[in-house]
Amino acid sequence: MQKNIPPWQVKREIITKNEEKTDPRYGYKPEERPIKEYVKFGIVNLDKPPGPSSHEVTAWVRKILGVKKAGHGGTLEASPEAGEIPK
Amino acid sequence: MTGVLPIALEEATKIIQALQLAGKEYICVMKLHGEVSEEKLKEVFKEFEGTIYQRPPLRASVKRRLRTRKIYYLELLEKDGRNILFRVGCEGGTYIRKLCYDIGEVLGCGAHMQELRRTRAGPLTEEENCIDLYDLSYYHGLWKETKDDAYIRKIILPMEKALDHIPKIFIRDSAVEAICYGANLAAPGVVSLETGILKDMTVAIFTLKGEAVALAKALASTEEILSMTRGFVAKTKRVLMPKGVYPKIWGKSSSV
Repeated sequence: MQKNIPPWQVKREIITKNEEKTDPRYGYKPEERPIKEYVKFGIVNLDKPPGPSSHEVTAWVRKILGVKKAGHGGTLEASPEAGEIPK
Repeated sequence: MTGVLPIALEEATKIIQALQLAGKEYICVMKLHGEVSEEKLKEVFKEFEGTIYQRPPLRASVKRRLRTRKIYYLELLEKDGRNILFRVGCEGGTYIRKLCYDIGEVLGCGAHMQELRRTRAGPLTEEENCIDLYDLSYYHGLWKETKDDAYIRKIILPMEKALDHIPKIFIRDSAVEAICYGANLAAPGVVSLETGILKDMTVAIFTLKGEAVALAKALASTEEILSMTRGFVAKTKRVLMPKGVYPKIWGKSSSV
């Protein structure tokens, strides 16, 4: 019988297999990336306004932040009015 | 429709697929087309928890064939005549408009979705670091004016945050670059891992600094991986880290 637990409520622990250290010369902790890198590897948890489509909103975010590329995960449809009357 | 819409920038766009598949939570206003008692409504809500069949609506971005989706919970929050407010936790790709329609069919009176707000997409919620377009633009302006990076770090999150819900395998520095070249992960490269990994599950390969290296398919369970000394433990599916961040060590003799 499969349990019906939302994936975000599943508790996980980390188990160590081998002891090992990381060399500070390579890479960064995600929150300590230099600002350009930080943006390049960044996401925005946007509160989408009603009206415009997810696609339009994503284009606005791209312009505001001045980045080359942006994409959204999990489309939230535009309000029905906006969808039915092409602008 | 409003609420949580994760937007990935530049290199982070590679994680979008993982977010699309992730579970979602919504608050929804549904309009009934007839009178229904609260008891009857609760009864029908109960029926929709678990695995449901759903055919994607006419205007959908996927092929319209019957598919199954999991409803983790369906909770009645308020009933005001024919207006129903509910909260639903569901698998990625569940159509809430269709869910409302189907609930209406089972109730017998018909129903439609009136309003929808997403309160969660995978690990991202409306409570934590969720920002609207006005604030985004405002803080970005402040950053340009003051050059204080704290403003950018306030409005943008590391892409790793969006992978919180995926079980992880942490690897040695010396194993990182090979994964960036698309190699599968071998047992000696594993330093630590999370509990609950099963064969064929999607896992995230991380560095010891907590950087995402790749998304992969587990070839063994947590327990099996712990006892393995050789062989592959995960098949690399989507490389997230660019080449050249960690040193290339293969071909040289090393003390792994």
